[in-house]
Amino acid sequence: MTTATASHDEHHHGPEKGLMRWVKTTNHKDIGTLYLWFAFAMLLIGGALAMGIRMELLQPGLQLMDPHFFNQLTTMHGLIMVFGAIMPAFVGLGNWLIPMMVGAPDMALPRMNNWSFWILPFAGGILLSTFFMEGGAPAFGWTFYAPLSTTFAPDSTDFFIFAVHLLGFSSIMGAINIIATVLNMRAPKMKLMDMPLFVWTWLITSFLLIGAMPVLAGAVTMMLTDRNFGTAFFDATGGGDPVMFQHIFWFFGHPEVYIMILPAFGVVSHIIPTFARKPLFGYSSMVYATASIAFLSYIVWAHHMFLTGMPVAGELYFMYATMLIAVPTGVKVFNWISTMWRGSMTFETPMLWAVSFVFLFTIGGFSGLMLGIAPADIQYHDTYFVVAHFHYVLVTGALWSIIAATFYWLPKWTGKMYNEGLAKVHFWWAVISVNVLFFPQHFLGLAGMPRRIPDYSLQFADFNMISSIGGFAFGASFILFTYIVIDCIRNGKPATARPWEGAKGLEWTLAPKAQYHSFNTPPSRELIKSESQHS
Amino acid sequence: MNEKEYYIPDGTYWPIIGSIGISILLIGFANQMHGVSWGSSAMVLGFAITVFMLFGWLGQVVNESVNGQYNQQVDRSFRWGMSWFIFSEVMFFAAFFGALFYARMLSVPWLGGADNNIFTPDLWNGFSATWQQVAFTTPGTTLQSGTAISIPTKLVEATGLPALNTILLLLSGVTLTLAHHALRSDNRNQVIGWLVATITLGVAFLGFQVMEYGHAYADGLKLTSGIYGSTFYMLTGFHGFHVTLGVIMLTVILFRVQKGHFSANNHFAFEGVAWYWHFVDVVWLGLFVFVYWV
Ligand code: HEM
Ligand SMILES: [Cu+2]
Repeated sequence: MTTATASHDEHHHGPEKGLMRWVKTTNHKDIGTLYLWFAFAMLLIGGALAMGIRMELLQPGLQLMDPHFFNQLTTMHGLIMVFGAIMPAFVGLGNWLIPMMVGAPDMALPRMNNWSFWILPFAGGILLSTFFMEGGAPAFGWTFYAPLSTTFAPDSTDFFIFAVHLLGFSSIMGAINIIATVLNMRAPKMKLMDMPLFVWTWLITSFLLIGAMPVLAGAVTMMLTDRNFGTAFFDATGGGDPVMFQHIFWFFGHPEVYIMILPAFGVVSHIIPTFARKPLFGYSSMVYATASIAFLSYIVWAHHMFLTGMPVAGELYFMYATMLIAVPTGVKVFNWISTMWRGSMTFETPMLWAVSFVFLFTIGGFSGLMLGIAPADIQYHDTYFVVAHFHYVLVTGALWSIIAATFYWLPKWTGKMYNEGLAKVHFWWAVISVNVLFFPQHFLGLAGMPRRIPDYSLQFADFNMISSIGGFAFGASFILFTYIVIDCIRNGKPATARPWEGAKGLEWTLAPKAQYHSFNTPPSRELIKSESQHS
Repeated sequence: MNEKEYYIPDGTYWPIIGSIGISILLIGFANQMHGVSWGSSAMVLGFAITVFMLFGWLGQVVNESVNGQYNQQVDRSFRWGMSWFIFSEVMFFAAFFGALFYARMLSVPWLGGADNNIFTPDLWNGFSATWQQVAFTTPGTTLQSGTAISIPTKLVEATGLPALNTILLLLSGVTLTLAHHALRSDNRNQVIGWLVATITLGVAFLGFQVMEYGHAYADGLKLTSGIYGSTFYMLTGFHGFHVTLGVIMLTVILFRVQKGHFSANNHFAFEGVAWYWHFVDVVWLGLFVFVYWV
């Protein structure tokens, strides 16, 4: 018999013994755990590359490496962080949390769930192996513009291309699974508008993934044939156009950045109400804002291309469309703040990360608005201002929410509490150092320092040194983070089923360490109502 | 299986086998392109492992389904899964259609001197902006990759084989729907008849497509014929690949019908494949209009 059904005893479908459990598993919690550890490993590798970048930029002049290797570092850093760390971490959170939040036993397509994960180590391995190939790793930036990535790239690029294919395949399967889970495994008594926001944001993110990742696959496929089979998609001598590559890439790329931030919005929308001890302000407007951000994200891509010589009508259209995204984003920030307004707030670690998310992400949103002004972008484009912008939205946005989620749900994952005192030290260490790291990059960019260059002229020296020192401190903060998490798993004090006083959500009705299959019988309407975010 | 129970499969080795297979396939492919001797053997090995995985995995699913281990909820999950998978395929083709439209409407006219006056004919002397024959025509010019450009001597036409193929595919959509109706009224012999007709039409389509490629190739239209050749072969090639997959899937379904796997109201696999086939059909219509016709 290859199935286990809910009527069996619990021990029938508890975890298998031994290492093979992790290879064979079809359990959403196991797979979530695998995703999270994989993402964490990639975060450390990507972080190590970033340390190399900041070391080279500590002082003007070429100190440690030749420019070509520097370019490999920036390229691989970006690719690993986006495709290896942030995206898998969110899929891991989704795996762990969505079945619990919708009152289901597991994901809808558990075997495919296993495959979504088990493609990743192979794709990551292929990607990392390019470092050891002749000609080195890809060095054309994480955006791999043609012709840098076609005519002028090393052989290892073909391996990079296949790694992207595999990563995309994994993401698409993961997204399909989440859609099927939310739409089909949800407790029968849970209406769509009862769903917690993390579920909503992931559902919408899944549509972004399914719409955008195949386009990326198409882009790298065209790269592949341009490189190896004599096609001329991105080659003007054959009537193609390198700028076309940018259009296709950013048609994927802009939805991609929202793929990395919408689930973060979801996480924060859970944590803030808990520690403000108030229902989420404007639940339905949050849902609609998420949906409109997702829609708009498909029609603003060329704000990354203001300097490619687009027709003026194009510049204007993409500028105004981009500005429009600020409206639903503003709705969200407004709702988070209104949730806190007159709440009985306490500041446990998850809340610290969530509140600083709101603050720091908003800084990133504002710099995004500045970049979205086409005439101003002529000055900012390809400078450190852009680097500062996307690190505020991605590090203090996406990554922040992942860390916040880790602390918030760690008790439910492990049945144990982490060390609150140490976690607070870690928070302040990280939040200060990350600003020392990225805030000066705004000034560098406004003063004209170009991105992706290992050397710089002398007037940029001070801010670069400050930024590098902040970078090393921020990097080191992850040692403490690792310690806190492992310490919690090993020696943490037992947690209660609902460790946070104000927390709502079906996941908190489960055992302190959630049982292997979350809900064997669907929760009742009363339970769903009393655990909903907007009672 | 009881409708009130959730279906949860036990652990499985198929995914990891699939990952190993596909990785070997792709690593082999990359090495083969770089002229490494073991590249193609690795491709064959990886492909074999992948096919083994597909048969094993899907075979297990078929067994479970036939043994009645699934319920309505599983059926719905499969439906959601298949429909969004097809949507992702739509977006994959959209990337290539996007490239086609962009080149046709924007970049080629610009290179020919339209609109922005940057690429004046002086600067791009010898560039032919005629659709289907776009590229540098000055003798001796190569693509940036160093490949020689092959300018076709004759243009591709929509009449003839492409038009015939359109009719074949549209007909196959009809025969497949008739098969579905027969299945719903539990008439197995009719189902088999219509399915065989559908498969035959699909195979005929593929045969004519190969002939059409032969003509185009003889006229000098190659992957290296600039942007038209690139989009032509990329779009029709991926489409042909999907038709091939579709024919294989239909054949599997045919065998399953013969074994009596489906009932009048329980036949997701049949419907899933049918959706896929209609999707391939619709893509062809787009191809016929935009690649061959206008
Ligand atoms: C209010 C919302 C936002 C606006 C108006 C905005 C606008 C922009 C613009 C105009 C650029 C191009 C700058 C240039 O290259 O000259 C840019 C770059 C970027 N943005 Fe945003 N952005 C917003 C939010 C976000 C979010 C939420 C993320 C990710 C979570 C993000 C990630 C990025 C990244 C990664 C880049 C750099 C891409 C590259 O060239 O490498 N942005 N943004
Ligand atoms: Cu963007």
